[in-house]
Amino acid sequence: MTAQLKHHSPVLALASVLIIGLFAPLALKLSPPGFWLEVLLGGLMAGVLYSLVALGFVLIFKASGVFNFAQGAMVLFAALAVARLSERMPLWAAILVAVAIMLALAFVIERLVLRPLVNQEAVALLMATLGVTYFLDGFGQTLWGSDIYSIDLGIAREPVMILDQWIQGGILINRDDVAAAVVAILLVGALALFFQKTATGRALRAVADDHQAAMSVGIPLNRIWVIVWAVAGVVAIVAGVIWGGKLGVQFSISQVALKALPVVILGGFTSVPGAIIGGLIIGVGEKMAEVFLGPPLVKLFDLAGGGIENWFAYMLALLFLLVRPEGLFGERHIDRV
Amino acid sequence: MLYRENGQFKSTYRADLQMLPILQDRVFIGVLVVLAFFAVPFLASDYLFLSMIIPFLILTLAAIGLNLLVGYCGQISIGHAAFMAVGAYAAYNLVLRVPWLNFLAVLVLAGFIAAATGMLFGIPSLRIKGLYLAVATLAAQFFTDWLFARVKWFTDYAHSGSVSPAPVELFGWRIDAPVEKYLFLLGVLVVFTVIAKNLTRGHLGRAWMATRDMDVAAEVIGIRPVYAKLTAFAVSSFYCGVAGALWGFVHLGSWEPLAFNLNLSLNLLFMIIIGGMGSILGAYYGAAFIVVLPILLNQVPQWLGVPLSTATASHLEFMIFGALIVLFLILEPRGLARLWAIGKEKLRLWPFPH
Repeated sequence: MTAQLKHHSPVLALASVLIIGLFAPLALKLSPPGFWLEVLLGGLMAGVLYSLVALGFVLIFKASGVFNFAQGAMVLFAALAVARLSERMPLWAAILVAVAIMLALAFVIERLVLRPLVNQEAVALLMATLGVTYFLDGFGQTLWGSDIYSIDLGIAREPVMILDQWIQGGILINRDDVAAAVVAILLVGALALFFQKTATGRALRAVADDHQAAMSVGIPLNRIWVIVWAVAGVVAIVAGVIWGGKLGVQFSISQVALKALPVVILGGFTSVPGAIIGGLIIGVGEKMAEVFLGPPLVKLFDLAGGGIENWFAYMLALLFLLVRPEGLFGERHIDRV
Repeated sequence: MLYRENGQFKSTYRADLQMLPILQDRVFIGVLVVLAFFAVPFLASDYLFLSMIIPFLILTLAAIGLNLLVGYCGQISIGHAAFMAVGAYAAYNLVLRVPWLNFLAVLVLAGFIAAATGMLFGIPSLRIKGLYLAVATLAAQFFTDWLFARVKWFTDYAHSGSVSPAPVELFGWRIDAPVEKYLFLLGVLVVFTVIAKNLTRGHLGRAWMATRDMDVAAEVIGIRPVYAKLTAFAVSSFYCGVAGALWGFVHLGSWEPLAFNLNLSLNLLFMIIIGGMGSILGAYYGAAFIVVLPILLNQVPQWLGVPLSTATASHLEFMIFGALIVLFLILEPRGLARLWAIGKEKLRLWPFPH
């Protein structure tokens, strides 16, 4: 027990620093509790979006060991497709067509990129997905255009006041944020069911555990890869629609989605719950840091503005890598010679 | 038929160990260097210097640096523009605050500062590798982006956040005209190429390559991973720091933090994938390819009479880059340099390939 604790003590230290940091603004009376809660909720919402992108990463990494740098580009591509298609047809039809497109994309990627690169080192595959990223960024904008588009989800824009009888001033939350959270929870539930209860899901988990063993019991590896990329594509559509509905569809989505990388480091490359919890930690952490840590830092070092949230997630991931490389929920990686 | 090594016997260890063992290679490289120094300045136009040759020379230097880390030591980095930024801002501050310092000394010092930063961000590589390291280097990228945009001291409290140093002066030689810039950069590049080539052939390079090929085995034969990995990070960042300082001072003239963003990092990575991982020559090919391709993409449709908007051209560029990366990884993972080597091998055996 003590040995275990000793092994985890850096993680515990890091976690307690984070938790203290989370509650410090309240304890030090830097902000009214209402405002603090609003920041917390804003962070959670951003975290949900990161989680959705990170989910795509984890799915693909679990099933094929490919670190899919292109997930952000897939989100952008899907969001662009939905945005442009919904100009001509109702939203549900646009999403259906987008699903078909992402399925086709998964098929093409498996055929043209993954299959020829079977058995290559992980780093070569990572670079291949970098190539896919560039291709998708260029292709998406050539095909769908490169302006800023919007997706109208049909949810009222004006925020709702809640808890105003308990906390002075109440808390403002957006309806689309709530919808996003609900959709994310449903999606994770559906994925969990898919992984646990269906034959395909079992096959996916088998492939994730051991490629060769899975093949030897007759699981077709190539088809599994198409399926998992297609599922990641569908997750990308969900992320893209929510994100696009909130912030508009534009190229920066592809870049912001890179935040999913620290999320999967934090949560563990192979863990679906890790992606969700990691996303929430990063989302809340960077919002809190920006709002409460930013202004004192700016004053102390005479900075030209805050913007800590641009690197906070990465630095947190870097610290985490030093103390626990496998992430919060990842499987411990053992090197065998 | 000319490319034969018949009759070139080596009678000393020195001769056997030299950098270019085949006489024809030595002559070829020698002629190339002489042409580069004495013929190109008269042949190329200012436009050619500014838009192609100068960026090519500097990016080659950076690509050599990245190749030492990724290609030779096997540690991936997708944040190397960060170290270029460190080099550029270090040089800017050195010139600003220590005005009497010679620019060559500034370059070397900027390189050392970048090397120290590189080692700092290389520390995680001792515990993690591959994919994880990619994220650690991304942290370097985003942190330096923020650092140089926000901390006013680095930019000497410039209002716009962009800095514009005076043209470089070296022993009273004001490096201003494109031809002068070219000659200066060429000199720097030749020196650094020779150093890199010899580093990779020596003790250090072998330690890197052993770590790349199998880190556990390298440890067993007595190579300390701390030493191999951190020196790779240091040397690689040194090269990128120098390249960054040159990129800022000689090529851009004035720049803002965005000049060293993630895109540049990825471009550097593409250079070594296309040019050839683990090859100094590959850095040259890759840099040339990445510099020339966008310009060609802008020009070719005009020659063909198909006007393309700039937006479409840049999207096409993205697509072609992406497709090429995948194509190279599948067909020739060791890049253009490997094709060159195959060509040379064929030439040696031609016309009787058996």
